[in-house]
Amino acid sequence: MATVPEPRTPSFGDVNRDVISTLRTPGNLYFTWMCLIGLLLAGFLLAWTYQIYIGMGASGKRAPQMWAMYITTFVFWIGIGHAGTLISAVLYLFRARWRTSIYRGAEAMTIFAVMTAGLFPLIHAGRMWYAYFLLPYPNQRYLWPNFRSPLVWDVFAISTYLSVSTIFFIVGLVPDIAALRDQSTGWRRRVYAMLALGWEGSNDQWRPYRRAYGLFAALATPLVLSVHSVVSWDFAMALVPGWHSTLFAPFFVDGAIFSGFAMVVVLIVPMRYFFRWHAYVTDRHLDYMAKLILTTGLVLTYFYLCEIFTAWYSGDHFEKASLFWRVTKDYAWALWTMYICNCIVPLILFWKRARTSIPILYTVSIAVLIGMWFERFNIIVPSLARDFYPYTWGTYVPTATDSMIVVGSFAFFFLLFLGFIRIMPSLSIVEVKETLPPPMKERHGHHH
Amino acid sequence: MATTTESVVGVFEHVDTTVKALEELRAKGYHDLTVYTPVPVHEIEDVLERDKPVSPVRLFTLLGALTGTVAGFLLTIWTSMQWGLIVGGKPIASIPPFVVIAFELTILFGGVATLIGLVTLGRLPRFRPTKAYDPRFSRDRFGVAVHCAPDRSASVRQILQTAGAEEVKAVA
Repeated sequence: MATVPEPRTPSFGDVNRDVISTLRTPGNLYFTWMCLIGLLLAGFLLAWTYQIYIGMGASGKRAPQMWAMYITTFVFWIGIGHAGTLISAVLYLFRARWRTSIYRGAEAMTIFAVMTAGLFPLIHAGRMWYAYFLLPYPNQRYLWPNFRSPLVWDVFAISTYLSVSTIFFIVGLVPDIAALRDQSTGWRRRVYAMLALGWEGSNDQWRPYRRAYGLFAALATPLVLSVHSVVSWDFAMALVPGWHSTLFAPFFVDGAIFSGFAMVVVLIVPMRYFFRWHAYVTDRHLDYMAKLILTTGLVLTYFYLCEIFTAWYSGDHFEKASLFWRVTKDYAWALWTMYICNCIVPLILFWKRARTSIPILYTVSIAVLIGMWFERFNIIVPSLARDFYPYTWGTYVPTATDSMIVVGSFAFFFLLFLGFIRIMPSLSIVEVKETLPPPMKERHGHHH
Repeated sequence: MATTTESVVGVFEHVDTTVKALEELRAKGYHDLTVYTPVPVHEIEDVLERDKPVSPVRLFTLLGALTGTVAGFLLTIWTSMQWGLIVGGKPIASIPPFVVIAFELTILFGGVATLIGLVTLGRLPRFRPTKAYDPRFSRDRFGVAVHCAPDRSASVRQILQTAGAEEVKAVA
């Protein structure tokens, strides 16, 4: 499969060395990226400030287009997170051992993607200093959230997702931080020692740890399915043609995993190159991720067909008109971009050479990310543009303000991710060692 | 603590020699052991956990999760009763939408309780390292610390060395 021979199996000591080497002072390329990110973030803050000052009209929000790009990008980022939880929890429970070398990066991606997504309801709320109105808290007027509203479910689903993923992530990090503590000096050692909470890897620590880790995985697994289902109900519970469908929950979950795996590839491939992780992230890993992208992509294509079929077969005038309008009118270009990126482009992954070819896999992944952003755009904008009454029709045109905020959200995500991989082990020291043959004096012991 | 015991620490390079030492120590009646490993190792756990019950972390998870379910239903039903406004012609306490909240709180409370269980049972955080700890134990060495009376340390040393420890030291 590979043109270069597979690197030799690393030893336990090699794993520590290779992970610690990722924490060296980075080169110019890294700082160049960080400068670009800083610039985009400055634009993001400027645009947000302007929007708060001027009002939501600055971001092109006009009835009926009140959701537009903010909620598109919110759903996009929540979706990205799902692959991380799938890798860290579901594949853990299925004992898919290949996950170990990518799970830390994927899990970090989850946390940072959900944090990025979390910005959008705040930005979209306009006066975001009242965002705490979303939470149930006792107040003088006996006002409580309406728990029948999918938007309130969303608040609970996403805060639970962020909290549980963060706990899971930090628990996974503790033994690795202890390993960093033991091999660093000076102030770094003091910081890592504090963060490692005195972890020593003694049997009385591993015992509850292993048990707890399995339980966290079991708790996070239903979240993979529930979070994006709840997000999809934000739409499906409404009567808008193009939204009101029982198909939405599985459709959203599958799309989320599809886009999440594409993002994992986009992040892991450069890390493998710059950190020289060829011994850990092998062509086999790329092949598996490509297969998952292909599978979820095919399932998504099936859902697209179901969506079209249901609209036609329902016999409902508004569903059919909404579909016809989406496929042929103002936003048809966005719809066809989505079909090409999500249904056609990933088909190349049926070809084995494409699955392990970095340029092809990388191009497909970026196309998938673009396609999946457009999928959310196509759900939100064209559906709202033409619903029941011509009186409420209206198209949406992006403005500089909301475009800068959407672009800035990518900068926010990459700021967090690139910052993380330089101060924390982005490859799990403990879990990678667990997949290596344990050091034996006599070659008779079994290893799993 | 009075220094009536000391710890003899054996540093091992291999899993099988570590297991051999543990079997030998248990056979000789040394049960006050701490084993340090860079990763959890089945072979070592098999020896240590032979007569121990499963870690009670799962009780924390269960209790947390059930608390979450109850809290979710209580919160939604109680707050709806506070201001009995009929929404969408549905009952005041409409259970199906409240299941979503109860589900989310089940997971949230279950997760937080598991964390509390882990921190309590693993006695974290620990502010100073135990005396027997060695930084090599987080890289590629396995440590067996035997806590025993000073007059028995010679025999413990003997066992550790025979099993194949690359280094044996005593810490007070």
